Amino acid sequence: MPLRVTLLEAVRVAWMPSNGALHGPALDVLMRWNLIALCLCFLVAHVWLIAAILRRWKSKPATAPKALPWLILTALCAMYVWMAVTSQRLWANSRFAGPAPAAMQVEVVGEQFQWYFRYPGEDAAFGVTRPELVNAAEGNPLGLDGRDARGKDDVVSSVLVLPVGREVDLRLRSLDVIHGFFIPGMRLKENAVPGLVLHVHFTPSVIGTYPILCSQVCGSGHARMQAMLSVVSQAEFQAWLAARERTRIQEGAP
Amino acid sequence: MRLRVFTTSHRALGILYLLLALVAVIAGTLLSLIMRLHRIWPDLAVPFFGTIKPEGYLALVTMHGTLMIFFVLTTAPQIGFANLVLPEQIGARGMAFPRLNAAAFWLTALALLVLLAAFFVPQGAPISGWTSYPPLSAVASAGPGEGAGMDLWLASIAIFCLASWLGAVNMLVTILGERRAGMTWSRLPMTVWAWLVTSILTLLVFSVLLAAIILLFSDRHFGSSFFVPRGDLVNGHIVGHGDGSPLLWLHLFWFFGHPEVYIAVLPGMGLATSLFANFARRRVAGYRVMAAMLVAIGLLGLVVWGHHMFVSGMNPYAGTAFALTTMAIAVPSTVEALGWLTILWGGRLRLRTPMLFALGFLSFFIAGGLTGPILAQPALDAYLHNTFFVVAHFHLVMAMAGVFSIFAGIYYWFPLISGRMMNESLGKLHFWITLIAAYGTFFPMHFSGLAGEPRHYERLAGPVTSFSAIAANERGITFSALLLASAQLIFLWNIFTSVRRGRVAEANPWEATTLEWAPEMGRGRVERGPYEYEIPANETIFHPQWELASKQE
Amino acid sequence: MPATFTRHPVEIERKDTGIGGKPPLDRRPTGGGGDGDNWENRPSGRRGPRELLTRYRLGVLFALAGDLMFFVALVSAFFVRQSAGHFDARENYVSDWHPLAVPPILWINTAILILSSLTMEMARRQLFHEIDVMDEWLGLGRPAVKRAAPWLVATFTLGSLFLAGQWIAWKQLVQQGFRYNSPDPSSHFFYLITGTHGIHLLLGVIALAAALGALFILRRIELRQIVVDCTAWYWHTMGLFWIFLFALLVCFQ
Ligand code: HEA
Ligand code: HEA
Ligand code: CUA
Ligand SMILES: [Cu+2]
Repeated sequence: MPLRVTLLEAVRVAWMPSNGALHGPALDVLMRWNLIALCLCFLVAHVWLIAAILRRWKSKPATAPKALPWLILTALCAMYVWMAVTSQRLWANSRFAGPAPAAMQVEVVGEQFQWYFRYPGEDAAFGVTRPELVNAAEGNPLGLDGRDARGKDDVVSSVLVLPVGREVDLRLRSLDVIHGFFIPGMRLKENAVPGLVLHVHFTPSVIGTYPILCSQVCGSGHARMQAMLSVVSQAEFQAWLAARERTRIQEGAP
Repeated sequence: MRLRVFTTSHRALGILYLLLALVAVIAGTLLSLIMRLHRIWPDLAVPFFGTIKPEGYLALVTMHGTLMIFFVLTTAPQIGFANLVLPEQIGARGMAFPRLNAAAFWLTALALLVLLAAFFVPQGAPISGWTSYPPLSAVASAGPGEGAGMDLWLASIAIFCLASWLGAVNMLVTILGERRAGMTWSRLPMTVWAWLVTSILTLLVFSVLLAAIILLFSDRHFGSSFFVPRGDLVNGHIVGHGDGSPLLWLHLFWFFGHPEVYIAVLPGMGLATSLFANFARRRVAGYRVMAAMLVAIGLLGLVVWGHHMFVSGMNPYAGTAFALTTMAIAVPSTVEALGWLTILWGGRLRLRTPMLFALGFLSFFIAGGLTGPILAQPALDAYLHNTFFVVAHFHLVMAMAGVFSIFAGIYYWFPLISGRMMNESLGKLHFWITLIAAYGTFFPMHFSGLAGEPRHYERLAGPVTSFSAIAANERGITFSALLLASAQLIFLWNIFTSVRRGRVAEANPWEATTLEWAPEMGRGRVERGPYEYEIPANETIFHPQWELASKQE
Repeated sequence: MPATFTRHPVEIERKDTGIGGKPPLDRRPTGGGGDGDNWENRPSGRRGPRELLTRYRLGVLFALAGDLMFFVALVSAFFVRQSAGHFDARENYVSDWHPLAVPPILWINTAILILSSLTMEMARRQLFHEIDVMDEWLGLGRPAVKRAAPWLVATFTLGSLFLAGQWIAWKQLVQQGFRYNSPDPSSHFFYLITGTHGIHLLLGVIALAAALGALFILRRIELRQIVVDCTAWYWHTMGLFWIFLFALLVCFQ
């Protein structure tokens, strides 16, 4: 058993971190097939190359083949078409179709060099934010406008906590420069671009914790701009949210 | 050969361009070594730099990428080699506009100086990568180096745009107007086709980059808002006051950036074709197809830029469209690769040093090119984008293939530069160490990328990640990079000694057929194709373009 | 030397007449229109009087093609920026693009520029007037220069007038409160487009002055032809660019 684990770990070095998202397995399979196919092409081409080098000592040189290259070309073109088609399906599933109406809304805000996550609270609506009001020292890192009633129950957190098995719809924003929102374990990446609100949706399917990284160079703290995603059970999530809600009301934040 | 500095001789200018690229490549390599060392020993103090701060690492990456892409791979294989041999290859008496040529070189040199000056201004060099995405690059307070350093970067690249523009005009006019009688399109050496396509691309895309740089500069200093969105809050101050769009920069930049990488590799492809034909003593199978594919790569290259932007917030439908065009561009590249393999089929290759490097070029082009179609799939790129997988892709297909084509060219044309041959044994030693160390450096980067390691990370371990699983991998990469860089000392030593003490070269040492090897060209018409070799009966049969067809037949 | 190559007899050095148009009839026994003779079959540099001209024209053409892309980039940025907007506090989508009414003086400037293109063309044609060129070739003075110079001066004046007009337009806009850095993106674009085009024209005016000087300094007529011809093509293209840019500023705000 331990041996198998270490073996697995050794393979992991060369592979993606373990997957925790519903759409992940299909993507992993696709990635694996792609890599296998291209490794094969690499090998075939190099065998050819090395054979050509080694045939130096043969007395009779062969004449250049006529049909073989075209055959290989056709095969390769077929492979490219296969790649384009299969991966478009996955892309379309995740990006063309919007999230289900029941999906949970969470806002992700990137800022040099931090990620913030905002939950809309019971009213399921985010309060208005204004850049003028941003003041992390006073507990208002996102610039929530206190006059907006919808923002009263918004919860702002620096960890992303999500219930397992429920689709989430992330609203990506950035306050300053372009950041890259990247959760390797969720096979998810999308830039957070100032001035735009971008949506990505996915369903966490395995309980656990996953690092969140910044994948777009954004300044001197780029490598430190990390956060944690923790996928928990539905009940734990409710408890966590309620606790955050309570402390928020006690503190009387804006 | 004596070099006058303010010369208008195209060959001397070609050598000057190569020397400039050499300075840039040495600087860029030193920067990359410091980066590599810092990645495995973050607390190591390096000479001149001390312990490297996070912004210091980013400045190194930015300057490394800029030096290598612009000042090495856009100058040496394109205008450098073109100045060296293009006029002779087409039987012209020189470049069409010699003074313009010299002006272009001096502008390039100025651009290099301005770029390097960025290290010495307060706060140092810019940190936003060679792609300089705004708002990071548009707001001086967004990070160290984004003030004066960024201004110098923009100035340098703007000058570089003008210089490459002049160079491209010169090359185009030379190719179109100065060909020797009888030098028809189907008798052009493949390198000339490549230079033709890259010059057209240069004209088309560097102008766009220049426009983008002017817009960015205006955002930085004249209060406009092309790229900075409303309410943008940097360092506690609201800097955005209009609905600028950072995505606009991405579109403009990558419209330039993607053709730019083909500008970097097409001359290498042309050169590889020539060398394969020469050292395999074979005609280029399907010459017309091969030439047409170079043109096709150039044309298609103008419509694929969005594959760098799959997850940048671009419309996902546009992502699909760009994915399809990108897949389409893999086809002409595949045809080229298969064409080369066909030339090589059957063996009896003469494995001289230039040929070895051309073979290395092919190997890297395949190794790096093949990951292209993976990155071209938006679903997979959504995982791989901006990870070391991409770094592996472009170092194999661009950096190493490109550098190998430079090496091949230098070993091949060295007799034209100095009248002497380079040392073969040293050349072979250099080749094998470089080949192995280059794979050792850049192949494992795929694994770091698959493990999720993003680019521009100054250290592996962050607050919530350790990436400990790839630490060994990264160490191996660094050691291999050190070996790779030290192998280049062999090359420099080889040049240094061969210039003065190398074996004196005969007039046509490689038994080539293209015109640059005819020391005093006859005034005859060209009546032969560029690669007329015949293998079967007698190994040494070849028909140079300066020979008359009627005499042989 | 593994290969030998044949040497052709060196061609008789012939004086290029530098005449635009057809090559002159040459009655010498070699070359010059005998059977199968073709300018294109000669080595470069000996392909007849038009060779240099063609070379420079080609250079200008390519440079202008690159330049075209520069303006295409600006124009596409214009359209992108125009369609940009943001959500205001009440979640309404608003655009900050306020169409800018171009100062009426631009119409006059445009007319001046078109006129200058005409005068430029006149100047260019003078230098290619075959009879004049013949005269000069035969040593009968420089009629072409005399006739072209006034047209060049006229173009120079009109070009400078255009630039002055653009400057006045800027002044007027500034008086109305549109500065480069005022928050209106349309004003950035107005200044940027007129500004970059103005720089191109400034270069053109300098080239005109240089051409005027060259007309009197250069001794070979074909060099004079080249200077004027290339300046003319540059000038025409800038005029054309301006018409498109002006249409953009007027109609697509
Ligand atoms: C031509 C392009 C080129 C070349 C040759 C190289 C060479 C190398 N590169 Fe670089 N690299 C880039 C282009 C290139 N790179 C770019 C564009 C980036 C991205 C920057 C960004 O994100 O902004 C990058 C980024 C980059 C990173 C990523 C940093 C990060 O994101 O955190 C790393 C990390 O290891 C790296 C390492 C190296 C190493 C070890 C080499 C070594 O192989 C160096 C060894 C050198 C040689 C083998 C060449 C020697 C050649 C000669 C001596 C011939 C010269 C002769 C004449 C000209 C006459 N590079
Ligand atoms: C010379 C440079 C060069 C070349 C030629 C290429 C070639 C290709 N590139 Fe690459 N690319 C770069 C330089 C280059 N690239 C750089 C510098 C970046 C990063 C920029 C940055 O972000 O800083 C990049 C990034 C990049 C991305 C974006 C990744 C990301 O940031 O997320 C993508 C995505 O589609 C891509 C795709 C491709 C494709 C499809 C090709 C194709 O043209 C490849 C075609 C070649 C082949 C397909 C191989 C053919 C050979 C065979 C098929 C052999 C078969 C034989 C047998 C089987 C016998 N490239
Ligand atoms: Cu945020 Cu990198
Ligand atoms: Cu690309």
